[in-house]
Amino acid sequence: MSMENSLPISHRQRLWLYALGGLVMLFLIAPSVIIVIMSFSGSSLLQFPPQEWSLRWYESYFGSLEWRDATIVSVKVAVMTAIVASLLGTAAAYAINARTLRLTGAINALLTASLIIPVILIGIGTFFLYARVGLNNTLTGLVIAHTVQALPLVVLTVLSGLRSYDMNQEMVARSLGADRFSAFFQVTMPQIRFSIVSGALFAFITSFDEVVVSLFISGGETTTLTRRMFNALRDQIDPTIAAISTCLIVLSIVLLSAAQLFGRGR
Amino acid sequence: MSMRSASLQDDVGATLNADALRADARRESFGLLALLSPGLVLVLAVIIVPIGWLFWLSLFDEAGQMSAANYARFFEQASYIKTFVTTFKVAFTVTGACVVLGYPLAYMLSQLPRRAASICLIFVILPFWTSVLVRTYAWLVILQRKGLVNTWLMDLGVISQPLPLANNFAGVVIGMTHIMLPFLVLPLYASMKSIDTDCLRAGMNLGASPAATFRQIFLPLSLPGLASGVVIVFVLCLGFFVTPALMGGGKVIMWAMRMEQTTSLYSNWGAGAALGVVLLGVTLALLGLFQWLLGARATGVWSQR
Repeated sequence: MSMENSLPISHRQRLWLYALGGLVMLFLIAPSVIIVIMSFSGSSLLQFPPQEWSLRWYESYFGSLEWRDATIVSVKVAVMTAIVASLLGTAAAYAINARTLRLTGAINALLTASLIIPVILIGIGTFFLYARVGLNNTLTGLVIAHTVQALPLVVLTVLSGLRSYDMNQEMVARSLGADRFSAFFQVTMPQIRFSIVSGALFAFITSFDEVVVSLFISGGETTTLTRRMFNALRDQIDPTIAAISTCLIVLSIVLLSAAQLFGRGR
Repeated sequence: MSMRSASLQDDVGATLNADALRADARRESFGLLALLSPGLVLVLAVIIVPIGWLFWLSLFDEAGQMSAANYARFFEQASYIKTFVTTFKVAFTVTGACVVLGYPLAYMLSQLPRRAASICLIFVILPFWTSVLVRTYAWLVILQRKGLVNTWLMDLGVISQPLPLANNFAGVVIGMTHIMLPFLVLPLYASMKSIDTDCLRAGMNLGASPAATFRQIFLPLSLPGLASGVVIVFVLCLGFFVTPALMGGGKVIMWAMRMEQTTSLYSNWGAGAALGVVLLGVTLALLGLFQWLLGARATGVWSQR
């Protein structure tokens, strides 16, 4: 569907629309841009644009043992979440895509439940459960909780990959003597691997940026970066957080571009 | 498996073949169920079971007696009523602001040539995937008493006293609008994209002005997409925690904050659980109503990029 010159309205008549849309886009992007610029400020005052430039807030971030530990916890949890969620999510998407099971609607609703159930309720519920089984303040507990939150994104991403793939190819492989597993790993998987990688990247970012549930179930040695940031923001506004935020923004851009790139590859 | 049962066809009767096929189908179902089960078990264990448990807890008062005290409290205590009023006020204001800002943006995106649209979409998708915490921090920096906006306005001589922009209702609304906007724009854009341009061209060929074409053809066709965005934004607002907790200055207490306070601060699990149950009920009711009215799933926003 080509949009070019499809309507007899000139771009000039649309100037007001472009101006309005541009302003909203500015509203959306300006906060991130301001934070990135301010993270290079040399002063502890909040000035924009900064009068002097320095890397002192980055030094303060990387030099602090507390921030570094929290970052390491977050990275560990996010990597494990990405692995576990993409394994479980791909398996689930494969099963849903086969469409032979009854109750597919209910299964779908259950798997995507964490997208609509208020996160605060998941946080309190998880804390309550973990208190009984001793999973609070553990990496395992964090990975499990984050996997549940990342699962819907992996399922939806892989499912959209499977929808544009012809399952008959796998049938052909099986009729030629391949068993189910080798048919999947040698025929299907190479063709949907881009969706799986995109799903894993979304899972990583979901886990890394997760705040509310981590607030309840992480602490002590397993304090995540977002939990520490949240607590720091409750006390006072420390420009170190601008440096950390910039790193998070860059991470989002890198992962999103990678997901986009892989998404196009399929 | 199906191969083997097919090759059997020649030497055994049709009944036996049907049995074999049925057994094969059953085995297939079990296999698929086995693939689904790890994910389902995890969701059941971490989300459904604890929520059910909390629901059970909410039915008991502090003395351990079964009662509706935890729910009756919502109508009796003024502080709870105030929390609900604040929550709905914020949710309505933010949803309204998202419509006002999001509709023109989605409309512009849908009218731009594909290349330009995909570049402009970055401005929506990047914030969507940026940490909520980072964006809330940014708005704190911009809006607080000695923040950027106040410094600029005072330097320019527009105001002499800093405006109260953060740590109040206005701050919460601005911060949350920024976070919710992509949830409205993405489904709206997708639905506007699927509007057939021929309908618009036909309207204009028949003599309608651009404004009339928009009002009588485009706007009605875009309403389902708008509705799906509005519902998802409203529902997310009701249970939102991070921005009001950081930008409300302790004055704007929303539903989720109340839940956190009751459970973490006062360890009153019954009362916190009851709040959660009602919140979940309202959320599911709104989503169910929406799905029933429009026959669409509101979670579509996450499946398209």
